Amino acid sequence: MKKKKIFTSICKNGLLLLYSLFALFPLFWMILISFKSDAQMFNTTFIFSPTLENYDAVLLRTNYFRYFKDSVIVSVCAVAVSVLAGVPAAYALARYNFKKKEDLAFQILSFKFAPEILVVLPLFMIYQKAGLYDTYTGLIWVYQLITMPLLIWVIRGYFEDISVEIEHAAQVDGYSWWQVFLKRLLPLIKPGLVSASLLAFIFAWNNFTFPLQLSGTKVETITVASLKYIASDTVHYGQMAVAAAVSALPAVIFALLIQKHLVRGLSFGAVKG
Amino acid sequence: MNMILKRKLNREEEAPREDLNTLAWITRARPYLIMLPSLLITTGILIPFAMAVYYSLTNYSFRLPQNSFVWFRNWINMFTDPAFWHAVWVTLRYAFFATGVEMLLGLGIAMLLGNTDNRFTKILKVVLTFPLMVAPVIGTIIWQLMTNNAVGILEKFLNLFGIYNFSWAAAHETAMFTAVMIDVWVYCPFVIILILSGIQSLPKSPFESAKIDGGSAWFNFRNLTLPMLKPCIYIALLFRLMASLQEFSIIFALTKGGPGDTLMNLSVTAYNTGFAFQKFGASLPYILCLWVIINIVARQIVNRWMLSQKQASGRNLIPEKGGKS
Repeated sequence: MKKKKIFTSICKNGLLLLYSLFALFPLFWMILISFKSDAQMFNTTFIFSPTLENYDAVLLRTNYFRYFKDSVIVSVCAVAVSVLAGVPAAYALARYNFKKKEDLAFQILSFKFAPEILVVLPLFMIYQKAGLYDTYTGLIWVYQLITMPLLIWVIRGYFEDISVEIEHAAQVDGYSWWQVFLKRLLPLIKPGLVSASLLAFIFAWNNFTFPLQLSGTKVETITVASLKYIASDTVHYGQMAVAAAVSALPAVIFALLIQKHLVRGLSFGAVKG
Repeated sequence: MNMILKRKLNREEEAPREDLNTLAWITRARPYLIMLPSLLITTGILIPFAMAVYYSLTNYSFRLPQNSFVWFRNWINMFTDPAFWHAVWVTLRYAFFATGVEMLLGLGIAMLLGNTDNRFTKILKVVLTFPLMVAPVIGTIIWQLMTNNAVGILEKFLNLFGIYNFSWAAAHETAMFTAVMIDVWVYCPFVIILILSGIQSLPKSPFESAKIDGGSAWFNFRNLTLPMLKPCIYIALLFRLMASLQEFSIIFALTKGGPGDTLMNLSVTAYNTGFAFQKFGASLPYILCLWVIINIVARQIVNRWMLSQKQASGRNLIPEKGGKS
């Protein structure tokens, strides 16, 4: 009996180890070869003399920081707009009963499921005519399709978790509707709001299809620009690795910060982890 | 406190009559007013949807100075084009394999993680989400580095088993496998953490009584765990199915749909027709077709999920008529 227990435990941990190797080794490998020089790339595996020349080449001698900055501007602004317009909407969906409520809620969710290419094709034409092509405003606007549904659906769940009694009590204390919202409810949903915003930022940051078509040379996000490092005539694998590693860094750090709320955010509030 | 509450409530009931009409109107309209900005921002961007339908009936191209109305020629061309049916087949196959593997592997790993509690699994629960946070395009770049036959670690690994120059994304036979593998690498953690959170919130008592009854592990899984996990599995399936049906980033970054037309799903085909071949009008039917498929499937699943969610928990609602000002 005891032997069998040890055996199953070894099996379980072995399988987990196998999967985590599959999941994590590519990331480890990326960081590893980002320190390899072009010459070492071909004749060494794990043992080599690390060098910073790839980082030097990518970060200092190309426009990498400009792409990084563009990504930050677009993602942060997109999340800010979504928070300003989305949080009140989430409140309305959580607290009021009105006609077509579920239809509206589903409509907002369906933006997330719309094929990105379908949005991009006609929008490309409109943006060119309207002068929104290759601008921050244009990208921030189209990013709303990613960040808005996420924020509204997740925050709606957090509002629903708050008892109505708290609002009634605050109203009895003489607060107006607006004050109740700002002074009583917002502090209560703050952890949820912060984590949902960070997750929305990650999604916006990681998007590729929208900036690929709706921006050109003036605004270039990091996901699109990273592909450039493949396309160059002489392939510098180490530089590709640097471009990938640095662009993945913010998302991974933010993900660590919101561990507790991650499940809830990823499932749009459907699974309350 | 109670006294004050009562007095306040009474005072509100005695509100002057003439104000009531405007007040009621504002109260009724408030939820719509609150939602207006978010709807304007998102719906404004949706004008393209309507335009897409119109332009799918024209021969619009960025090269032609003028476009003309061609009725259903684009649609007929599409349905008679074998490339379209190939794209549908690729789309379905990709979605089936990617979603299937992710669901099965995700469920398995989540069960293992949920049932063992030691330091190793505690760390794993955090770090396993990393691939999900890396942009799919970046993930694809990483895998291209891994599968590169000149410098990639996977080539060196396969050499140990006597396999040389495995073709990965470069050959017709292995391209789908490679793309699905990358999709699984990126999105399996999503399924894992969703189902894991479901497992962790399962009630303990049914499992304790099952232990006394002495049922086998498989029996418990089939008859206790799986039924109770259904809502979670449902959500994971919905999200993965929707996304893998329209996958673009991974395939585009990997081979741009190649080699040949091996990985040309509907998204990539529409993109190529519209931008690479500049046949804008002709590209729209492809994507509208995909949109119809996705919308039908999504609405079905979401409606059912909403029903189950409502049954699971009552909602905190301010009744429509009693809304406070």
